[in-house]
Amino acid sequence: MRNDLSSYGLTTMTKPLLVRIYVTMLRIRMFEEKIVELYPTQEMKCPVHLCIGQEAIATGVCATLEKKDYVFSNHRGHGHLLAKGCLMGPLFAEIYGKATGCSRGKGGSMHLIDIDNGIMGTSAIVGGGIPLGVGSALASQLRNEDRVTVIFFGDGAFEEGAFYESFNFAALKSLPVVFVCENNFYATNSPQNARQAACRISDTASAFGSRGVCVDGNDVLEVYKAAADAVLHARKGLGPTLIEARTYRWKGHVGHEPDYANGDRTKEELDDWIKRCPIDAMSGFMLKNNIASADEMVRVKNAIDAEIEAAVGFARRSPLPAPTELLTDVYA
Amino acid sequence: MPWTKSISKPDAPKKTASNTGIERRLKYSEAILEATAELLASDPNVFVIGEGVDDSGGVFGTTRGLAERFGPKRVLDTPLAENAMTGIAIGAAIAGMRPILVHMRMDFTPLSMDQIINHAAKWHYMFGGRAKVPLTIRGIIGRGWGSGAQHSQSLHPLFAHIPGLKVVMPATPYDAKGLLRSAVLDDNPVIFIEHRRLFDIAGHVPEGPYTVEIGKAAVSRYGTDVTIAALSQMNIEALAAAETLENDGISCEVIDLRSVKPLDSALVTSSVRKTGRLIVAEPGWRDFAVGAELITRVAEEAIDAFRAAPMRITLPECPTPAGPSLEEAFYPGSIDITAAVKRLLNK
Repeated sequence: MRNDLSSYGLTTMTKPLLVRIYVTMLRIRMFEEKIVELYPTQEMKCPVHLCIGQEAIATGVCATLEKKDYVFSNHRGHGHLLAKGCLMGPLFAEIYGKATGCSRGKGGSMHLIDIDNGIMGTSAIVGGGIPLGVGSALASQLRNEDRVTVIFFGDGAFEEGAFYESFNFAALKSLPVVFVCENNFYATNSPQNARQAACRISDTASAFGSRGVCVDGNDVLEVYKAAADAVLHARKGLGPTLIEARTYRWKGHVGHEPDYANGDRTKEELDDWIKRCPIDAMSGFMLKNNIASADEMVRVKNAIDAEIEAAVGFARRSPLPAPTELLTDVYA
Repeated sequence: MPWTKSISKPDAPKKTASNTGIERRLKYSEAILEATAELLASDPNVFVIGEGVDDSGGVFGTTRGLAERFGPKRVLDTPLAENAMTGIAIGAAIAGMRPILVHMRMDFTPLSMDQIINHAAKWHYMFGGRAKVPLTIRGIIGRGWGSGAQHSQSLHPLFAHIPGLKVVMPATPYDAKGLLRSAVLDDNPVIFIEHRRLFDIAGHVPEGPYTVEIGKAAVSRYGTDVTIAALSQMNIEALAAAETLENDGISCEVIDLRSVKPLDSALVTSSVRKTGRLIVAEPGWRDFAVGAELITRVAEEAIDAFRAAPMRITLPECPTPAGPSLEEAFYPGSIDITAAVKRLLNK
């Protein structure tokens, strides 16, 4: 990270906001680490796509949003939900398949929702959520509502036709939407340069006459600045921005373990990215700029530990949905 | 240019139970237009979106004048991007709108299958009922004038296979108006399939809003010897066949299925209990289609009612040909239904 707030053009950013950003990143990290710890017990009976290493993007983007703003996310969505305000209890409960889960046990880790906090759902079809987010932005425009939609997707989704079709329409209609591409350089095990001709995702926006920016996705303040600009642009009715945030996922595509042993990625590459941990970088920045002390950060961690224990306890104690729930909710 | 017109002859109105009161006649296409205008006028959440919905043709007249009357924020032309446009309509619906998405040809819906099957159909269930998708997707089937393999298909069984979707196929102007209103007011995604051969056919359509319940078939002609359950334009063929057969002393009961999903097999079953014979006629292919499903359901409920093996009138197992001689051979009509009834009765 850079030396101080002014080097980001963020001199007006308040200390409480900076602390909140740090807390959010740490909550996501610790939430995911708890899954890593518990997953081998096989009480969570669904695939999990963890975002450890990528926390700065969800955090930096959602810190620029209001509760009323919409978010559509994907299969790797835990961080997006937490950053937008979803509580841990209903998330853990959903991953445990419980009736108290945010999707009442019918979605699992890949299908999370929290309408009250503006999270309109997560699609596990790569690129599938992109048009949905453009649709909610269209709804906001048609109703003259001051509401921005953010769509989170990965570098794989950038290859889907749905992305181009959707971005064109968003640009055509100047819709209030921000496209956030979390580029972690891999689609499952396939590297970006085996899949994409140019590997400059953000450049694509200019072909539609729109704004595209590429940021260090492990620098939460760089993400925040880009997102704040994009959200303001959208609120003014000036149309979409494509933010490419470059990052790295520390675990395998799915599951709780790192994947370098299978040979598709190297341990050296992972270790390099671990040195660029977004949370360590932010804690260093806060210490250096006297935003928070080491003691305060320990207290924050302890508080999150307690929050997680309570949420996991809630999830484990909660009942499973009755088999009679099988055929409910097929039709509204 | 004949291409832009429905080429079927106007036909007499059906003797439906709903055909009551003072006769006010509209064409099928006008009935769709009227339902859409009423919905746009009464609910600010309704909007029409699709390729060319605001152009001079107005999707065979079904959206003609709406853009002028309701403005560009209620009637939206789109890029040629069926998958995203479907997803965009779904996203707007999730956010509380009631979009009417128009596909000028049913054949373009396969481009949007991901959004229809993986998203629209599942968004309610997948999130435990916390979101809903009140979306209507209109698709138009072609027939004749060399429409060919990619401008003619019905594809209704593809959609009817998927839990979470509803599928309706009105055959009369009355049902077109009432079912479109029901579809748009429904909180679920509804696939609304129209047939171009029906567009110019006039029938009784009451003024003002009314609904026709989704999932309810209707007896359009009472009879005692054989039940003909028909979908969409095949109702016209079935009624013509019934008319011919009456002269031969054969009494056909014609049931307009109207909805594919939910499928009103109960009404058909009760009819077969009376007639003992069943023919299913649909404007699509035979394999894994409505005929197969409907006959199975009737057999499950009333296998003893059958006095003869049931029959299906469907398209031959090949894509739609374009040339007139092959096209003529491809489409079954009232003559085929008449022959089937006679075979069924050994006459």
